[in-house]
Amino acid sequence: MRKLLTGDEAIARGAYEAGVRHASAYPGTPSTEILENIAKYEEIYAEWAPNEKVAMESAIGASMAGARSMASMKHVGVNVAADPLMTFAYMGVNGGAVIVTADEPGMFSSQNEQDNRNYAKMGKFPMFEPADSQECLDMMKAAFDMSEEYNVIFMIRMVTRVCHSKSLVECGERKEAPVKEWKPDPMKYVALPAHSRILRVQIEERTKKLAEYSEKSPFNFAEYNGNKVGVIASGASYYYAKEVFGEDASYLKLGFTNPLPAGLIEEFCGKMDKVYIIEEDDPYIEEFCKTLGLEVHGKDTFPPYGEMTPDVLRKSLTGETLPEVSYDHSKVIRRPPSLCAGCPHRGLFYRLGKRKDIMISGDIGCYTLAAGAPYNAMNSTVCMGASISVGHGAQQVFNRAGVKRKVVTVLGDSTFFHTGVESLINTVYNNSNTINIILDNRITGMTGHQQNPGTGFTVKMEPAHAINIEELVRAIGIKHVKVIDPNDLKAVDEALDAFMDLDEPSVIITRWPCVLKKFSDADLSEWPGLFRSKDFVQEDKCIGCKKCQQTGCPALLFDKEKKKVHIDRANCVGCDVCVQVCPTKAIVKEEK
Amino acid sequence: MATKNILLTGVGGQGTILAAKMLTIGLMEAGYDVKMSEIHGMSQRGGDVTSQVRYSKEKVYSPVIEKGTADIIVSFEKMEALRSLEYIKPGGTVVVNTEEIPSMTVMTGEEDYAPDVIEEIQKAVGKVVTMDASTMAADLGNIKAANVILLGTLVKAMGLDDIDWEDIIRKNVKEKFIDLNLKALKLGMDSVD
Repeated sequence: MRKLLTGDEAIARGAYEAGVRHASAYPGTPSTEILENIAKYEEIYAEWAPNEKVAMESAIGASMAGARSMASMKHVGVNVAADPLMTFAYMGVNGGAVIVTADEPGMFSSQNEQDNRNYAKMGKFPMFEPADSQECLDMMKAAFDMSEEYNVIFMIRMVTRVCHSKSLVECGERKEAPVKEWKPDPMKYVALPAHSRILRVQIEERTKKLAEYSEKSPFNFAEYNGNKVGVIASGASYYYAKEVFGEDASYLKLGFTNPLPAGLIEEFCGKMDKVYIIEEDDPYIEEFCKTLGLEVHGKDTFPPYGEMTPDVLRKSLTGETLPEVSYDHSKVIRRPPSLCAGCPHRGLFYRLGKRKDIMISGDIGCYTLAAGAPYNAMNSTVCMGASISVGHGAQQVFNRAGVKRKVVTVLGDSTFFHTGVESLINTVYNNSNTINIILDNRITGMTGHQQNPGTGFTVKMEPAHAINIEELVRAIGIKHVKVIDPNDLKAVDEALDAFMDLDEPSVIITRWPCVLKKFSDADLSEWPGLFRSKDFVQEDKCIGCKKCQQTGCPALLFDKEKKKVHIDRANCVGCDVCVQVCPTKAIVKEEK
Repeated sequence: MATKNILLTGVGGQGTILAAKMLTIGLMEAGYDVKMSEIHGMSQRGGDVTSQVRYSKEKVYSPVIEKGTADIIVSFEKMEALRSLEYIKPGGTVVVNTEEIPSMTVMTGEEDYAPDVIEEIQKAVGKVVTMDASTMAADLGNIKAANVILLGTLVKAMGLDDIDWEDIIRKNVKEKFIDLNLKALKLGMDSVD
């Protein structure tokens, strides 16, 4: 049966066909759809974990207990999961185990461009790099079989274009993999130094066998078109290279890339007058070739960063791209993303950005948009959950250096559950006095509305306990807590004022659902009539001061001829933030 | 055959992704090899969204269209046509929905939405089909059907009208919107010679 699938969908299909029973993940672009699609299969237990480390550990436990299991995440998520991953790679598996990493050459929605192939090398575990959706499915099935055969976790390294591009996939049937028997095996599963020293030696033998496999793997193959130019490529780069070189080059396509096939590479290079290595992110294959003493061209010809799309390759090789039509590019307006009309972050950041005596330590989510105009209300963003701990570190310096500056930290509900909780424990434990704002919009927003430990549902939409954030932070030891409606600007100001001069840490929870969320029954009973009203501008009262537009709401349109603002009725959901900002009270709620 | 390149572009929420999906399903069922790529990270938050579709009777390699190689650009909003115009192959066709959606930078007065976007496109490209698909869809009863009107125009312009698009619509839109979308498809197909 042929289907048109994205790489993410094909990974999910591969998991299904490989007999996977257990899948855990934390959402992150471009990996999110992997678990979302796995969750559709009744045969697979699927879960959103609060972070990638927990997801990895959940998969490790499932493997130990005898089931084929996996964890999937974006590239920076592997940093969070690296601790258990590195040691599990020593232990080996019971049920087959796979970690899927979704890397982002070009950084479409990520904070860095790290090449996670380096993890496979560092952790001494095998790795596949699919180039299209068919390979995603085929490599998943091969990875699970080989994980059990070679007794090691496998990594599948995706990139954005493989995750989010659709291509045709020949799908098969699910092959059940029965749960294997679990037996206590301290030598294998208890990572004491004495045990790990023995396992460390055994890894060398395993790597040797995997290197032999690499030479004969069907995923590593050569295509010969003469001997002038040879291209060695992995992942999406293989297809980009074929667009540019066509039949004018021979190819060594590498799909199994740790350990790399030294013999195949030497044989291929030996036949070619000139060899290019085309790969995204780091010179991973190139450096290996150079350790073999081979003369190859890689990052001396192609950029060391970004995607290796055909235009990039062409420009690098010939200095030119294909001819384009000419037109006035300056007429193209920018279309930056903005907080939606009715976004519960708007009221908070509109007021927070007005304060001058603070430092705002931010985090990863839709609310990172507050770093830009018109809010200018975020001074730093590092990684998931960092807002609270980075803010704590800064506050300690300000306090001890006699700088009068309050640090306000801001993060979303899902990010708080991810790694913000530990950071807040640190803040309390070390007697800090930051203000910590948790933007509880009742969903994981930016990645496209995934459930989380606070929403009351699992990934399969089964009811789950919803953690009460207020109770949680009080249990940690926060004594000063306010739960506010962020659309109420007075409430925002009062909460900030109340905590600004405290010598103890405090928490403000802004509780209001994301406007794009599919509301639960609990949401609708907590907020009756949610987003059902409309606001409008009384034209005679509008003085055209555009103050309302400083809230950054996309429903507020300025009519240049009339010099008045009006509200796009289809877009407005009646959050009333603009109503409170208008100096002439020109904006009012529509009568029902 | 040489690989054909179709670029669909618009603003988040205009239905470009559904149109591209139906297009790829139709091509697949007609026996073409198809690849589609889209980058839609922040499109829900008012950003631009682009889907790239490549198809051939032979193997399609890259899922992304190279600048200067699109056989056709179908833009659901006129500024987005101009943004993507560097992708058009000299001699290619541009289909533009004349709807104008201001961005935040225009709404706040930071930038002006040029009044002569269509003229700028016409200066650069020989074959430009302009249509007010949003109004045409509103006249049919639902502005959201503009995407299927544009799909109809696209498949006609690319000579793909022998594929059973009605069947694909029936299988991919909600039942209560099938009639609306069948009308929209026909309207779009009738908009080109």
